[in-house]
Amino acid sequence: MENPGQDEPDGPIRNPLAALARWGAELKHMSRDRVREPQLGFRYTWYLGALTLGTFTIQLTTGLLLMLYYHPSIPQAYADMKNLQFVVSSGFFLRNLHRWSAQAMVLLVFIHMAKVFYRGAFRPPRELNWVVGSTLLLLTLLLSYTGYLLPWDQTSYWGVTVGSSIMASVPIIGEKLRFVLLGGNTVNANALLRFYVLHAVILPLSVIALIGIHMWRLHQDGGMYSPDSDKSEKTES
Amino acid sequence: MPDDSKIAPSDDPVNRRQFFLKLGLGSLGIAAAGTVAFAYQYLEPNVLYEPSPVVNVGKPERYAPNSVTLDVNSGIYIIHSQEGFFSLTAVCTHLGCLTTWQPEINMITCPCHGSKFNRDGVVVEGPAPKPLPWLKMWMNDDGELMVDRATKVAPEKEYVRA
Repeated sequence: MENPGQDEPDGPIRNPLAALARWGAELKHMSRDRVREPQLGFRYTWYLGALTLGTFTIQLTTGLLLMLYYHPSIPQAYADMKNLQFVVSSGFFLRNLHRWSAQAMVLLVFIHMAKVFYRGAFRPPRELNWVVGSTLLLLTLLLSYTGYLLPWDQTSYWGVTVGSSIMASVPIIGEKLRFVLLGGNTVNANALLRFYVLHAVILPLSVIALIGIHMWRLHQDGGMYSPDSDKSEKTES
Repeated sequence: MPDDSKIAPSDDPVNRRQFFLKLGLGSLGIAAAGTVAFAYQYLEPNVLYEPSPVVNVGKPERYAPNSVTLDVNSGIYIIHSQEGFFSLTAVCTHLGCLTTWQPEINMITCPCHGSKFNRDGVVVEGPAPKPLPWLKMWMNDDGELMVDRATKVAPEKEYVRA
């Protein structure tokens, strides 16, 4: 077996360039050790998964930077958002990048889902990954929704008032569910803090964990789906 | 590994190992259920720093006859009708937006999804599924109108006379 970038098998890597090559090889293990070339072509996947991952990376980076100026409290939230927009150097750029990349992520993850569905790529052995992917879609929507409240302006206040009222219409537990999510009867200080914690900690960590599982299953289930691999599976059996 | 059949007779339905396994799993189950209960209790606040549901809306003289007045801060209407005073919530029964009184068309309208109500809170148009509830209103000892936003009363029955 070939070990790229290694001077001798299981030996230490001394050459920095070789180490880099080794690192590259490790990264390639995201896909199988042997990949059919057409699977990597644009027309099979439109690179939707990779593009979604790209927008999520932008969200993580810009979100982390925005956290340095944003306080999740009623007297400060709106002013901090305005500060970011007009006072902080590059704040305007970072905030809008976060905002537009969020829109793009929702759109991309949805098209990704539609593409997988219409390709029939959810069929065995990829059914678990379909469920993981659907959960990721749901988490993306929740991220989008929780982030919506944080600017604390009229749109976000009423948007979340409406959204939480929809939640309250769930039979029996609806009212309780809204009370626990908002931490009160109305969209207020507790709601802002809870949405912030969900948006900046709980949901991103869940997404990162699920992306890991998503990639691992992709690798385990034979890489990217393509109709050609269907054919070869049939002829093999 | 010791031979279980020698430690406990085979006709015993639960041997020592199984007993401890069940005890352990049972304890874990109880602990897990307890964690869920504690987590839920923690997430439900015991004290809220929200404004009181009872609001003082002032002397009746403030409200002209046949007028509808929106108190934006408390989210209620104070209506001075021919029958007397009454109060409606201004929170739309559709999805919780704050409605507003439009004197030009004599109606309460919601900016979010276009619901319309008449002066008595009855739905005239739009997605709102229920009329705006009437709120408990009374006059305090100083002759000021009080409204309890948390208590609903039957519509078109209770009027406060000044």
